[in-house]
This record gives sequence, structure tokens and C-alpha cells, in this order.
Amino acid sequence: MDFLSDHQPEMLPGKRQLPPVQGVIEAPHGTTIVAVTFPGGVVLAGDRRATMGNVIAQRDIEKVFPADEYSAVGIAGTAGLAVEMVKLFQLELEHFEKVEGAQLSLEGKANRLSTMIRSNLGMAMQGLAVVPLFAGYDVDRGRGRIFSYDVTGGRSEEHNFAATGSGSIFARGAMKKFFHDGLTEAEATMLVVQALYDAADDDSATGGPDVARRIYPIVTVITEDGFRRLGEDESSEIARSILERRLEQPDGPRAALL
Amino acid sequence: MSTPFYVSPQQAMADRAEYARKGIARGRSLVVLQYADGIVFVGENPSRALHKFSEIYDRIGFAAAGKYNEYENLRIGGVRYADLRGYTYDRDDVTARGLANVYAQTLGTIFSSAAEKPYEVELVVAEVGETPEGDQIYRLPHDGSIVDEHGSVAVGGNAEQISSYLDQRHQDGMSLAEALKLAVQALSRDTNGSEREIPAERLEVAVLDRTRPQQRKFKRIVGRQLGRLLETGGATTEAESAEEE
Repeated sequence: MDFLSDHQPEMLPGKRQLPPVQGVIEAPHGTTIVAVTFPGGVVLAGDRRATMGNVIAQRDIEKVFPADEYSAVGIAGTAGLAVEMVKLFQLELEHFEKVEGAQLSLEGKANRLSTMIRSNLGMAMQGLAVVPLFAGYDVDRGRGRIFSYDVTGGRSEEHNFAATGSGSIFARGAMKKFFHDGLTEAEATMLVVQALYDAADDDSATGGPDVARRIYPIVTVITEDGFRRLGEDESSEIARSILERRLEQPDGPRAALL
Repeated sequence: MSTPFYVSPQQAMADRAEYARKGIARGRSLVVLQYADGIVFVGENPSRALHKFSEIYDRIGFAAAGKYNEYENLRIGGVRYADLRGYTYDRDDVTARGLANVYAQTLGTIFSSAAEKPYEVELVVAEVGETPEGDQIYRLPHDGSIVDEHGSVAVGGNAEQISSYLDQRHQDGMSLAEALKLAVQALSRDTNGSEREIPAERLEVAVLDRTRPQQRKFKRIVGRQLGRLLETGGATTEAESAEEE
């Protein structure tokens, strides 16, 4: 943001002087984010756990945010920095929209986020990485799209599904087996919660649905009608139905062998 | 060596005010009205791309009459001010009062600085509250003063005539269609008292709607929705007059 960097550069992430530090700084880290496209839109979801070393720093952290009307960003990595980055990203999209009177293209938004991640490279080298997943509905092309990033700001478009964070390997494996082309919105939301469940199953840093405390994954859907976050009743319904099935089949649905 | 003519400060200020007022009067008028669920902005604007009304922040809207490049400049300044403040503190800390103050300072400085020509603009900054009592409307004339308005306000060309027309007819708790109808009636009256028709395509309409579930309450009303509102506004008034008969 040019105006901010001219006037108050210290407010921008990545513009701060870093003290030399030995070793890794302990700060809460967010864990798993998953996204999947379906005809007509895209679903982005995240678990609710933040960890600090071996400690659960927060049980009910929110890691999926609307970026604007037609896009959302889910964050993995250092929670404090990531939340600030998202806040600045939201601000920038809104500012552009108000000043120019038009929205940025989805590609433009994804590129902008890429620059912001790159500006955090210094911090990332000290163990404070931010690795988001960006999903949105491309109004011009009429479909949902997903972009994933690496710590250096490298951006790549993902097709069908993507995951980021510590549990992403397990979530990706699950999604690979569950995904097919003609998913409905309801199936897509079910799919992401299944994938998060599998991630939580094998990754200690990812939190599963917490029935006792009523903490369920955050699931958001972006379609032609814009961004929508599933209410607690909807996400709890999905999580509970999965939980019930898993009492019989702890490893989840079986895919056909051939 | 030539001696510059002495011009009294009173005369200089009066000349500048005259200059700014003439510039503003050349533009078309626009009106801002309170209605039951928020605040509506109505103006005649043949352009679809160059807006007279725009969003500043969640609950704050901006309307301007006068010279385009000058008010566009102020508008962008306002958006920057609001976004920076909201990012630094919190979204709730951006208020119409604060923004109106910044505008008043800017306009006042420009108006009284001898090096610059005064801005030929008149602004309205409006903020929609949780209830109609919480609504705030500020009018900012070219010289940097602030007028706190209630109910209805008009700026631009024959603002005085239009606002007196509105003051007589505007009531609290009007529906959007009624308020829109009244605004169009007010705008379509010419200086000489005759009426002319303003087609829907030449109207620019926007609302700050407190019932909108989103955080950002500003919304433009265009196309079919505008046509429908204009029709229902007309229908209710006709129905009322039929009942009276």
C-alpha cells in the first residue's frame, strides 16, 4: 500500500527492523487449511487449533477470513503475523474498490497477496512464516479458483483442491480420494470437513471437531452470490454426522481399490 | 515600480466566495434525505462512470456538487483518511464527524490561502446510525464551515429552492420509495417553477441502508431495482390521493 508506506511505513508488515535472534521464536502457529472447487464455486475451510511448540495455544482460533465479497483467505503459519497480513489485505482490496469504483480481478488479488507474503521473507527465515491459501469466485470466468503460496511469495494456481499447513499432507491425501468433478455445494462442504478430520487424525497440531466445547471447523463457501460462512448449526451438523460415521469406521469412507 | 491595488480583506473574501458559489451553481443539484431505514442520495447525473455519490467507509457516504476533479480529490482523501484510521484503530473509530472535520479543515485552508483558488465544491458527509436518531448528515460549503443537517439537505445549483421545497414535505419515517419520489420531484423543479421530467437513466441513486446485513451499508441503486422503486413510490402516492378523493 503506497500511501501507508509513504506515511507510516512502520505499520506495514515486513518493514520493521528485526533484532538478531538465535534459534526459533516461540509464537502461536496456525495449522491446516483446505479448499476444494465445485461447479459454481469454491469451499475454503480451516481447523480451529493454534499451537506453540507442543502446547495448544488456542482451541478456537479463526483462520479463514473473507478478503472481500468474492474471495477468502485461510492462513497457516505464525498466527499474529498472518492475521495482520489478512487485515491489511482486506483493507487494500476494499480501498482499491472504493477509490477505483471497481473490484480487482481475482488474478490481481492473488498477485497482491503474493507480494505481501514476499515482504515477510525476513521473518519467515527466522521461523515466522505465513503461508496462506487464497480462494475466490472468478466473476469474469464464472468459476471458483484456488491459489496456494510458498514462503517466498511464489504463487501457483491449484486445480480441484489444495491444502496448506502442517496437516496438509494428510488432508490432501484424503481429498485426492474423495474428490470428483460433479460435487455439489453440500458434498464439497462435507469433503473439506472429512479432509480436516483426517488431518487432525494424523497431525497432532491440527484440531478435530471438539464436540464437548462445541468448536467446529470454519467452513466458508464462495459462489456467484458472494462469500458465505456456514453458521455454527450447519458446521456442527456436518461435523457430527461425520463423527457418527467414524465411530463405526474410524478411518473414514473407503475408496474403491480399482 | 507599480504599486499593487489595495483590496480589503472583506472584499477579497467576498470575491472568492462569489467565485466558488458561481462554480457550484453551474453544476446540477443533488439531495440527501433520511428515510426509515437509512439515508438516500439522489441526484441527476447523465454519466454512469463519474459518480457524485460514493462510499467512504462502512456507515459513511459522500456526496458532492461542483467541479469533478476537485471533489474527486477530496473523496479519495476521505477514503484514505477513513481506511487508515480504521486500520490503525478499529472500524468503529471512523466517524462522519471526524471526516467532516478533516474536510472542513482542508476546504477552509484552501479557501483562505491567497496562493490557491478556492475549491468550487459543496460536500455532504452522511453517516447512518443504528436507529434514525443516530443518523448524521453534515453539509460542507466551499469555505470550510460545517452545517449539521437533519431530515433533508440539498446542494448544488438551486439548492435553496430545493431545500425549502424538501423542508416543507419531508417527514420522518418515510419509506425508501416515498423518499425517492419526493427527491425526484424536488430535483425536477426548475428555477422558474416549471417542472421537467428526469428519466430514470439520468438519475444516480445510492443508499446507506442500516438493515443491510453486511458491515458496509453503502449500496448503489441501479437498473431494474431503481425502476421498481420509482414505480412503487408513484403508485403509493396515487393510491393515497385516490383515497383522499
